[in-house]
Amino acid sequence: MPERVPTVSQLTAELAAADLGAEGALALAPQSATRPRPARRALGVLFWVSAAWLGLMVLLAVLAPVLPLKAPNFQDYSVVNRGPSIHHLLGTDDLGRDLVSRIIFGSRPSLIIGFASISIGLVVGGVMGLLAGFRGGVVDGAFNAVSFVILAFPALLAIIVIEEFWGRSLLKLVILFAFVATPQLFRVMRATTLSFANREFVVAARALGATTRRILLRELLPNVIPAALSFALIGVALAIVLEGSLAYLGLSIKLPTPSLGNIINEGVNNNNLSTNPYIALWPSVYIFLLLTTLNLMSDRLRSWFDVREGRL
Amino acid sequence: MARYVVTRLVQLLIISFIISVLTFLLVHLLPGDPSVAILGPNDTPQARKELFAQLGLNKGLLQQYATWISNVFRGNLGQSFLTHQTVTNALSVAFPIDLELIVVSQVIALLLAIPLALASALRPNRLFDRSATTSTFALLSVPPFVAGPILVLIFAVGLKALPATGFVRLSGGLGPNLKSALLPSIVLAIGSIVVYYRLLRADLISTLQEDFVTMARSKGLSTPYILLRHALRPSSFSLLASAGLAIGSLFTGAFVVEAIFAMPGIGYQLVQAIYSNDYLMVQGMALVAAIAFVVVNFVADLALTFLDPRVRRA
Repeated sequence: MPERVPTVSQLTAELAAADLGAEGALALAPQSATRPRPARRALGVLFWVSAAWLGLMVLLAVLAPVLPLKAPNFQDYSVVNRGPSIHHLLGTDDLGRDLVSRIIFGSRPSLIIGFASISIGLVVGGVMGLLAGFRGGVVDGAFNAVSFVILAFPALLAIIVIEEFWGRSLLKLVILFAFVATPQLFRVMRATTLSFANREFVVAARALGATTRRILLRELLPNVIPAALSFALIGVALAIVLEGSLAYLGLSIKLPTPSLGNIINEGVNNNNLSTNPYIALWPSVYIFLLLTTLNLMSDRLRSWFDVREGRL
Repeated sequence: MARYVVTRLVQLLIISFIISVLTFLLVHLLPGDPSVAILGPNDTPQARKELFAQLGLNKGLLQQYATWISNVFRGNLGQSFLTHQTVTNALSVAFPIDLELIVVSQVIALLLAIPLALASALRPNRLFDRSATTSTFALLSVPPFVAGPILVLIFAVGLKALPATGFVRLSGGLGPNLKSALLPSIVLAIGSIVVYYRLLRADLISTLQEDFVTMARSKGLSTPYILLRHALRPSSFSLLASAGLAIGSLFTGAFVVEAIFAMPGIGYQLVQAIYSNDYLMVQGMALVAAIAFVVVNFVADLALTFLDPRVRRA
């Protein structure tokens, strides 16, 4: 391509901007436009600190087997219930297991289930939502009805009952979580698509003879993705809470594999809360930081993409 | 208006029917054969056959469903294979506990969220608003299984002011009863406070920009009067809607909290029933919980339409 041909959406944005004055032009300008973005539309330091922290946690979890950590289930009875020290940075539990190692290994199921299930839900629910919002009619009606029925059923209850007959494994939990998340992501994608489906730039694209595929992929998708991403990050946080709750009840990954929820549970049982509160405290702090990070990133992304609020 | 109610009612019936079928099927897919637990040492082929006939397990799925659902309509939700306690009985024991937890937690959440939202909306983006928004945002990241142990650590282990676990029924005195319900209620309230605060604050801010508020100001009405009498009511609809949702979902969603504090509510009993393969118990409780969830949503939705004259007329 000798020069960049503007997409139809950019063209119509320019046209619409002509009526709205400078403010409107800024608001409607696509992110890829060459004009400079005003400073206050930046994501902010906090977002990048959160992203870095999240990256670090993911990296630690991924690299856990090769890091110089003690085995998470190795019981050293000579150092039972020790406080933080140079040998055990966060101390040890009532069985002499190293808490740093247990928390890093314990974060693996949470992170895998959180990110994998929501990614699946985002792709499946996203495609369905895009189609339903754009096509309407029978497709929309059918998807809509199914999503309402799934949503009407209490999610935690459904997961517990199903995993009880199906068995418990990481893969099965991911699939179950994705099953529960899909209708919610579908609803978000559908609602967002609906709000764009009849906008001028889509009508213009159609008038110019764009194919359905082109309208879906080049016009609608780029506009819908931001809302979906922002919602998906909250979804990851919710999935992590759900996994933690199950693990606390002993209904997530089978013991003795550590998971943040079951470490907290061990910290509460056997009177550990009064003898060594660190066992429950450290994983709680870890989960709090993880969830804060995800919520914050989602919040920043939403207001960054939401033009109206971004300018407030 | 009448048409809207009828449409919603038909939807409610269809969804309830689907839920009943799903609950029935889900539970029939549960692992483990309850007959093993019931028969124990008397496990002979003959005794097993008789038991299956007695429980109706030898019939087809469709027929089992028909029998079950007609019993449900007569108020008979079945009884436990193991303890022979009826589901209705178990529910009547567990229900007051959930009801108390829900009421106390919602009262706490609303008592904190409403004044905070009013104060924030009055001067948005100023110091108070910012600190309130930030601190409620932090609460968003505190799940029950984190808040529970930490509150127990502070109030039960440290201060020894409240009991760590267990539930004292109302017959044991109002004081001990409220004391035993306080910590779990606070944990449940944490999740609601954030949502209520955010919704009410956003709605209040937009209401306060309406013409009728300017009008009220120009008449010389005091700020508290405007906030409470003019702005609060039209701003409270999304708050009410989400409170409806929260109450519906707490009937089952509270069971993590019930497990932490060893309170035998509906969710807790349900999990116990699953642990012991007590599948009629699971079936009955899941059905009641799911239907309650849908019905509470329906009622909240209708209440909204009646409360909001703008929706009522539309």
